[in-house]
Amino acid sequence: MKKVLELKNVHTYYGKIHALKGINLEVFEGEIVTLIGANGAGKTTTLRTISGMIHPKEGEVLFEGVAVQHLPAHLIVKRGIGHVPEGRRIFPRLTVEENLEIGAYLENDRHKVEERKAEVFELFPRLAERRRQLGGTLSGGEQQMLAIGRALMQDPRILLMDEPSMGLAPVLVDLIFETIAELNKRGKTILLVEQNALKALEIAHRGYVLQTGEITLSGPAKELAENEEVKRAYLGG
Amino acid sequence: MLEILIQLLPSVLLEGLILGFVYAMIALGYTMVYGVLELINFAHSEIFMAGAVAGAEVFILLKGVIGNPFLLLALAILIGGAVAAIVAILVERLAYRPLRKRGTTNRLVPLITAIGVSFFLQDLVRLIEGLWHNAFYRRYPSFSVFEATYTLPNWIGVLTILATLWLAFWVIAYFGDWLVRLFSKKERAAGRTLSIVAAGLTLVFAFFYRHVIFADLGMTIQMKSILVIVVSLAMLYGLNWLVHKTKLGIAIRAVAQDAQTASLMGIDPDVIVSRTFLIGGFLGGVAGVLFGLLYTLVHPYVGFIPGIKAFTAAVLGGIGNITGAAVGGLVLGMLEMLGGTYLTFLTNGAMGTEYKDILAFLILIFILLFRPQGIIGQQLGEKV
Repeated sequence: MKKVLELKNVHTYYGKIHALKGINLEVFEGEIVTLIGANGAGKTTTLRTISGMIHPKEGEVLFEGVAVQHLPAHLIVKRGIGHVPEGRRIFPRLTVEENLEIGAYLENDRHKVEERKAEVFELFPRLAERRRQLGGTLSGGEQQMLAIGRALMQDPRILLMDEPSMGLAPVLVDLIFETIAELNKRGKTILLVEQNALKALEIAHRGYVLQTGEITLSGPAKELAENEEVKRAYLGG
Repeated sequence: MLEILIQLLPSVLLEGLILGFVYAMIALGYTMVYGVLELINFAHSEIFMAGAVAGAEVFILLKGVIGNPFLLLALAILIGGAVAAIVAILVERLAYRPLRKRGTTNRLVPLITAIGVSFFLQDLVRLIEGLWHNAFYRRYPSFSVFEATYTLPNWIGVLTILATLWLAFWVIAYFGDWLVRLFSKKERAAGRTLSIVAAGLTLVFAFFYRHVIFADLGMTIQMKSILVIVVSLAMLYGLNWLVHKTKLGIAIRAVAQDAQTASLMGIDPDVIVSRTFLIGGFLGGVAGVLFGLLYTLVHPYVGFIPGIKAFTAAVLGGIGNITGAAVGGLVLGMLEMLGGTYLTFLTNGAMGTEYKDILAFLILIFILLFRPQGIIGQQLGEKV
């Protein structure tokens, strides 16, 4: 299997705060890998480091074997890393359709853009109904769909997803997880950050447990779900 | 007295509208830059000036070569706009971007930089003009086709008067309703009721003053004013298309709303900021050439007053809001002309049109005090 993404001994700081203390992580093609951990463990920071919104002080981020940790965010996107950011961050005063179009900013082939838009609308029919509505007027669940759809418009080779289930009603949480599994079936490689560890481990192939900036456990998702320590700390059992 | 005021109204409003278009185009530059950077680019008045001076040079240099004044004007507009756009891009690249890259969070720093850039550009243009011509006051040549005067049909004036009367009565009715509510528990009157009352009052007024309103108002317009209106409308239309229908426009709005997330879409925010300065600078430069066409005399310090008034217009409409900047410009232009002209009459000439500047800045102060978000409110860069 081809290694899509690899983090080697990554150290990231926020000012003087040492947020990531030597993260090692791998994602192979076609996998769903999940990163679980408590609030403030460094999950979001890991994703932000990968997509270049913050640069590590030490270590390497390898995307398809090439070091990208020094690149600005917009060039990392160009290489094929899509990021669904924490809190969705859709553009509130662009319409649903414009949000999707801006997702495909780097694609100059009009035909491909329309094709991908049709795919997103097929995946989330709700978005098709609301295509002329402003992003800011959507409900939380619809905004999450839009954020995922917008990232898919880039046709990324790996999709980083930051807490896609946060703040959603249980029905919508299920829908989002089903969608992630479906995207993976269609061939997308996904790195998923979640607080809902139970759900995340259900659909993931492998998982990493992050604690105060360090990876304390890793392995196949099924094994992690059975692990006593993980159960106690994250699965409420 | 009242008769003169009424009969003057259409001409004064038309003059104000023409001036307002110039303000609107400058205001767009302030508002777009504010939208993407949350920076008041006070050097924008000098970008406008650069366009005005460049346009004058084009007119003076090519007057003998190109016989057709319209072609000459088109060239001056293109070159004036291009020069201003280049100046705007350079200002961003050399003055603002280094500050951004340094991560300066203090908002006073870029503001003071903008003022410094403003002085620098004034004296740079003065130096260039001084070395080149040994004089830095430049005059737009006059052409008889541009000065030609056309009479407008009377109904335009009549309609303008009626519309203005209706608006005035509407405002009076609104405050009348407010006064009544102060002393009784009456419900707030519906907007439609106010409109009908205002329409009725207008009709009554128009009946008693019919000899004034339906008289020959003799409204005229000069060719150059027509040109200003046509060019401005074309520019505003073009900008609207650019911002709403093109990829660049969507990207500008995306960066204005959330620059960090925009970079996750593969957008380089620096490129978009630069393009925004280009567009704003071009509009400012074209406004400069039109200003020169209207008022003929330009010099390195000509940008200050129109610039700060356009800033007022941008605040009036709601800074960061593109529609607001256009509306604010038109409203400010008309209010200023009304105030300037009528003050002379009302004070028997004791206070002349020079007080129109005071009026504009009074408006700025009142807007900042009572409705800082402007008439329409912030839009382009609104963060949710």
